[in-house]
Amino acid sequence: MIRRNRLIGVILIVAVATALTAGARAELQVDITRGHLQPLPIAITDFHGEGPREQEAGRDIASVVAADLERSGLFKPIDKRAFLQDVSSLQVQPRFNDWRVVNAQALVNGAITVQPDGRLKVEFRLWDVFAETQMAGLQYRTQRENWRRVAHIIADAIYKRITGEEGYFDTRIVYVAESGPASRRIKRLAIMDQDGANHRFLTDGRALVLTPRFSRTAQEITYLSYFNNTPRVYLFNIETGRQEVLGSFQGMTFAPRFAPNGNAVLMSYAENGNSDIYTMDLRTRKSKRLSSHPAIDTSPSFSPDAKRIVFNSDRGGSQQLYAMNADGSNVQRISFGQGRYATPVWSPRGDLIAFTKQFGGRFFIGVMRPDGSGERLLSESFLEEGPTWAPNGRVLMFFRQEPTDKDGGGGGASLYTVDLTGHNLRRVVTPGFASDPAWSSLIP
Amino acid sequence: MRLKIVSLLAALLLVGACATDPEETGGQTGTGASTGATGAGGAVAVEPGTIQDFIVNVGDRVFFDFDKATLSAKAQETLDKQAAWLTRVSGATILVEGHCDERGTREYNLALGERRATAVKDYLASKGIAASRIKTISYGKERPAVLGSNEWAWSQNRRGVSTITGGAKS
Repeated sequence: MIRRNRLIGVILIVAVATALTAGARAELQVDITRGHLQPLPIAITDFHGEGPREQEAGRDIASVVAADLERSGLFKPIDKRAFLQDVSSLQVQPRFNDWRVVNAQALVNGAITVQPDGRLKVEFRLWDVFAETQMAGLQYRTQRENWRRVAHIIADAIYKRITGEEGYFDTRIVYVAESGPASRRIKRLAIMDQDGANHRFLTDGRALVLTPRFSRTAQEITYLSYFNNTPRVYLFNIETGRQEVLGSFQGMTFAPRFAPNGNAVLMSYAENGNSDIYTMDLRTRKSKRLSSHPAIDTSPSFSPDAKRIVFNSDRGGSQQLYAMNADGSNVQRISFGQGRYATPVWSPRGDLIAFTKQFGGRFFIGVMRPDGSGERLLSESFLEEGPTWAPNGRVLMFFRQEPTDKDGGGGGASLYTVDLTGHNLRRVVTPGFASDPAWSSLIP
Repeated sequence: MRLKIVSLLAALLLVGACATDPEETGGQTGTGASTGATGAGGAVAVEPGTIQDFIVNVGDRVFFDFDKATLSAKAQETLDKQAAWLTRVSGATILVEGHCDERGTREYNLALGERRATAVKDYLASKGIAASRIKTISYGKERPAVLGSNEWAWSQNRRGVSTITGGAKS
């Protein structure tokens, strides 16, 4: 594994974010808070290059940028075969009329040159076709093998310039890859880019593993492993491959999740059959009990300011969501709707809590405000759970499981994403069955 | 005839054992022995004090209601027989597995499975079995005994399974 800081090798050279607002014309923008909208038609041209290697990289980068933007549901990349202006003349100046004819509202072009040291220089420009202005222009230098990250960074820049929100394309997913019969699933930790590329397995499947979560820097994962038939919370360092058990608890520890600053892990510890919430300081390795109740307390998640913890408990008779201060004081029930509520996850923006709900024999993914008001259900099926937020707090990923028949057929789980609006439900492509996804922050 | 049945059961158990993941030997015995549970009603002649005897003549598992960890009268009856067996085979140690059906979220089910396993352990301890002989583990919804997304399968999967981990006659 290449070291993170070298992998980044992406050096921002120029940032020419010029918004030359010409005349009275409103600037091109997409309001992503609206319930349902027409995706913005965008022309993403192959990045220009002099030689065949540059041209190949230029095509690859353009296709990754287009795929990222298309999956967001906010953009509709236009078929390249409709383009009138060629890539070389576009480098000189866009002929905006040619792009209006193909109904493009935004235009992306770029160029790739190989540097004397072998690295790639990648430039791109984003244009407002109707205002005939440049909206953004950026330049990056990187090792050739990092071309996908550059493409995701460019897609994030375009997304941010047009929506006003941070992007989420330069991110990774850690999840549980499932194989084998339903009675005895083999589960392995796997990691991949947000678009499914660079997929690799982190564990070999000999020990059952569940519920991985990223640290803030996406460099570490905390998860549950049944190594030696002893279920405990572990830390996994992605760079070194080192795995270590967290603490020396006498019983099962589970449901881990990092604190926002990455210096602590929240988890449940089952002592004499009763699960309560603990926090462990990763520097001192000291643990502290936060909840003390004969009910099941589990699935804790910090607010982004680390002041509150939301969790699920059956202390009121059935599973509901509760929030407490970071020291365990001031516990308040926040969910009051019909059904059972579980797996609360605080949005990185702090404004919402995502959850799994069970009601009427069905499972739902939904969101509510931190005070429990404004519940909205975004997705429903036979069995789905475990929402995880994109770092911009606009998209949720979760997994769905199909019913199993008595011969063991079916029962496969897959990852899905859905927008906060409840629209744009999409299956995330994985090599096999997949569950327990966790979405990283933007890669630093 | 009698020998045949014994060897058939042994063969079934062996099949279960073959599928055993080397990392999780303790967990497999209970799951693989679901064939044995079916025969729990009829007393089959197997050698007393063996694991087969425990599974076939005593019954290795109890069942729970949805989202509950309370022991029904029937479950207590089974556990009384387990306690009597464990009193007779005084060197035996057990691992109690707590399991759930798939109709719950993963983390909550891990906690619920732990609660179920502990309910079984506490009951056996109350019948005089030393707590040091009983270990517990929760598998949540990870190891269903019966496949299928229907009420019957779910009722079979909400279970506590006592697995003999040592001290039985071989």
